[in-house]
Amino acid sequence: MQEVTVGIAGAAGDGLDKSGDTLAKSCSRLGLHVYAYNCYQSIIRGGHIWLRVRIGENKVYSHGDNLNVLVALNQDSIERHSIEVEEGGAVIFNSDKLACETVQVRNGVQIVGLPMKKITEDVVKEHGALLPIMQNTVAMGAAAFFSNIGVEEPSSVLADTFAHKGQKVIDLNISLLKVGYEFAKANFKPVTKDWNFSRKKRCFLTGNEAIAIGAYAAGCKFYSAYPMTPASTILHWMANHAHETGICVKQCEDELSVINMAIGAGIAGARSMCATAGGGFALMTEAVGMAGIMEVPVVCVEVQRGGPSTGLPTKTEQADLWQVYGASQGEFPRLIVAPKDIVDCFTTTVEVFNIADRYQMPILLMSDLLLSEHPETVDPEVFDGNPVIDRGEIVSEWPESKGKFKRFKFTESGVSPRALPGTPNTAFVSASDDHDEESILISDMFTSPATRRKIMEKRNRKIENLLKELPAPVLEGPADADLTLVCWGSTWGPVKEAAELLTAQGIKTNLLNIKYIAPFHAKEVLEILSKAKKKISVEVNFTSQMARHIKAETGISMDAHINRYDGEPMEPLYIVEHVKRILAGKALDYDVTEAEAKDMAYHYIRTHALEKMRPTAATRESSNGHGEPTWNVELSERATGKLAARMKVGVSTGATYSFEKVAE
Amino acid sequence: MATVIELPVELFKGPVDPDWCPGCGDFAVLKGVQTAAAKLGITPENLLVVSGIGCSSNLPGFLHAYGIHSLHGRAVPVATGAHLANTDLKCVITGGDGDGYGIGIGHLLHAMRRNLDVTYIVMDNQIYGLTTGQTSPTTGVGQKTKSTPQGNHENPLNPLALAITAGATFVARAFSGEPKHMADTISAAIEHKGFSLVDIFSPCVTYNKVNTYPFFKERVYKLEDENWDRSDFHASLAKSFEWGDKIPLGVVYETDMPTYEDSELAFKKGALVKQSLKTDPKVWAGIVEEMI
Repeated sequence: MQEVTVGIAGAAGDGLDKSGDTLAKSCSRLGLHVYAYNCYQSIIRGGHIWLRVRIGENKVYSHGDNLNVLVALNQDSIERHSIEVEEGGAVIFNSDKLACETVQVRNGVQIVGLPMKKITEDVVKEHGALLPIMQNTVAMGAAAFFSNIGVEEPSSVLADTFAHKGQKVIDLNISLLKVGYEFAKANFKPVTKDWNFSRKKRCFLTGNEAIAIGAYAAGCKFYSAYPMTPASTILHWMANHAHETGICVKQCEDELSVINMAIGAGIAGARSMCATAGGGFALMTEAVGMAGIMEVPVVCVEVQRGGPSTGLPTKTEQADLWQVYGASQGEFPRLIVAPKDIVDCFTTTVEVFNIADRYQMPILLMSDLLLSEHPETVDPEVFDGNPVIDRGEIVSEWPESKGKFKRFKFTESGVSPRALPGTPNTAFVSASDDHDEESILISDMFTSPATRRKIMEKRNRKIENLLKELPAPVLEGPADADLTLVCWGSTWGPVKEAAELLTAQGIKTNLLNIKYIAPFHAKEVLEILSKAKKKISVEVNFTSQMARHIKAETGISMDAHINRYDGEPMEPLYIVEHVKRILAGKALDYDVTEAEAKDMAYHYIRTHALEKMRPTAATRESSNGHGEPTWNVELSERATGKLAARMKVGVSTGATYSFEKVAE
Repeated sequence: MATVIELPVELFKGPVDPDWCPGCGDFAVLKGVQTAAAKLGITPENLLVVSGIGCSSNLPGFLHAYGIHSLHGRAVPVATGAHLANTDLKCVITGGDGDGYGIGIGHLLHAMRRNLDVTYIVMDNQIYGLTTGQTSPTTGVGQKTKSTPQGNHENPLNPLALAITAGATFVARAFSGEPKHMADTISAAIEHKGFSLVDIFSPCVTYNKVNTYPFFKERVYKLEDENWDRSDFHASLAKSFEWGDKIPLGVVYETDMPTYEDSELAFKKGALVKQSLKTDPKVWAGIVEEMI
């Protein structure tokens, strides 16, 4: 399959997300598949933003491991990423301001310095001086050439993007795009062969948008939230579309309020949803149990980011499984579900609103930063705007002759017919204290152990029935595989690609993705995993939470674990390499690598205002009095290349032992 | 205005009798809520009473209406959600000083700021009763409680001043020892369009030996008897600080301001729970197109 990956790097505020959108949307409209991932920091201006757009003729399931075209918007970006560009690829930058030397790229990489001032002369004559951000459009023109997607489609995307700003702005941007495209065409070669454009139109959206759209399709009427990355874009979608969807969107004072409002709305009978990140969910947990004991339908989305505490606000992780699993005191039925991709985000959201109503229970939908924020192309047919809506057993009329309405009636299924406040003759109290069938408290004046036993059994019966209707996990890939990779959530994408790579390399690999976390298909998972020859869990966390969950539910232990907890998502090659290491019987090497030592040197100079330097070389030293080998990193002046400082980093601990400037 | 058909108070009699201590001020408040609802002709199915946790928060279980007996401190957000989902119901929030002014104060401030059209009745006994007598946010300085055996050394907060400045549009005080005046005040609060707070001295006969019935009987007077001008923000704010030998009861402040509900677009088509769950095909097509 033909594919190309374009990376765009710069600082926050450089407008590179817009450039990425232009490229991705152009490819999408041409019928190519796109998966983009933006790596960013908790900063509004500055820092380092690294957006990768992977384009393929067939569906791509991750941002991949390759880099073919780099658009560098500052010097830092050239230093960081130009070496990653593969043979035949291109490094694009403004040569009026930035420089890329041949030593900074691999053999056969095209160094594409855009003489910005010279090539935009005519455009400036016609439209006047350019804003710095407009250089991005020139660079995107060049990127369009190297990606071999032509200039027409990006032009039409720009026309749409700037439609609200008028024809003059559209003309200006298209002229700039063409300048970049023509300059590249006249001097360089594209990095890919001609594409087979299907021109099948696809949607390009993130997991958070898919959840928001799913909620609208499912008839969500109330959405509450408190801003927190990476859940905020659900709030933004909801707020932006409230005037047309009619959803009541409420930004609250805190997450306690968020979930309690959503539960209140659920009791009153509106389909309601809220979303937050791990930290916000920590505040919500008490109310989750309230929804459990009151049997309230409510959907709560937990988007994981790097923890603990404030952790890595803009980085991905899958380390909240235990928090969500253990949320709230006591035992109560709830569904914990983790969609694996963007389509799944949409369909799962629609599905869980029905489950919430039919089983009268809280739904905890787990996502993660990668899934929530990365956009991907999706066939528009997936988005059914008229799905089946099943509100379960709702009593719309209750004649007095039927006697007292029992909101928590003990039934075989565990589900008690529900009346919405406002229905005559059904008045009841939803109580967070445990209660009898008539919702009268059972442990205030006197405790009734028998009633408590029966209401506990009634509530928890819902779990068995729900499990029966949830689809059990199945193996994906060759049935007779030598290796089974076990994963959950967004890690499914890179694991799927890793399994295919391994199989192609002769290690027959399949995968087992766990979507329903609670209730759990213990019987089916036990059956699958007890037959698997070798089992390795792949999770973006430190403690292999899903592997432990599977062990708790089935007694099955993994043979090994692959983990990642540096803030970055799993990537196919990362998995492949670790699988090979494990199969070779090698232990995990925790030492700081040469590249990591340089990264730590970068971190040091950036945070100590020494940006005039950059790490140039690193040598390993064994005996140095620090009790461990060190990486001795040399830092040179950016302008002159003269040795400027030396830094020592512990190979095992990563400790910074010294940083010494070289005397003038 | 539709004619109000008064209902019999007995209609609101709950399924179980209250289990408060004999003499507790909350009995009178329960009666006050029932009397006000009956007088205003709000049928039980159209009344939603939401509480948090505490002695007084058991109130929804003791009357015949829809109720939510929620979490400690969370009555206001739960009520907000339920109210926004079904604005056709009359929403009354009830609870104690610990629930509302302690653990739940953040929510209270924001609800007042939003000027939601709900009524909040705080049974203020200046003590934590259900947890057997610890200091509360309204306990007086120097008062000995289980958690302040040497005497409370924190200043009490002033709920009325807080409400006036936070944006509540109806701020009143009542006393369980003046049940008729209290029922009238609750009734006026429910009728008021916007956020109404009624702080009610509801003595805890078991754990608060300072703020007793006689303590208040000696001090309280009714603003209504003095033709108090409740519309003057600054005068009302000053009045809310009156404490000591004379303590005012009645509506301290009332103003007419747009409510949160007035400007919420989602209510243009009526109460949320009564709207169709189906998407609008045109809107749906637009949403899908927007992503292409």
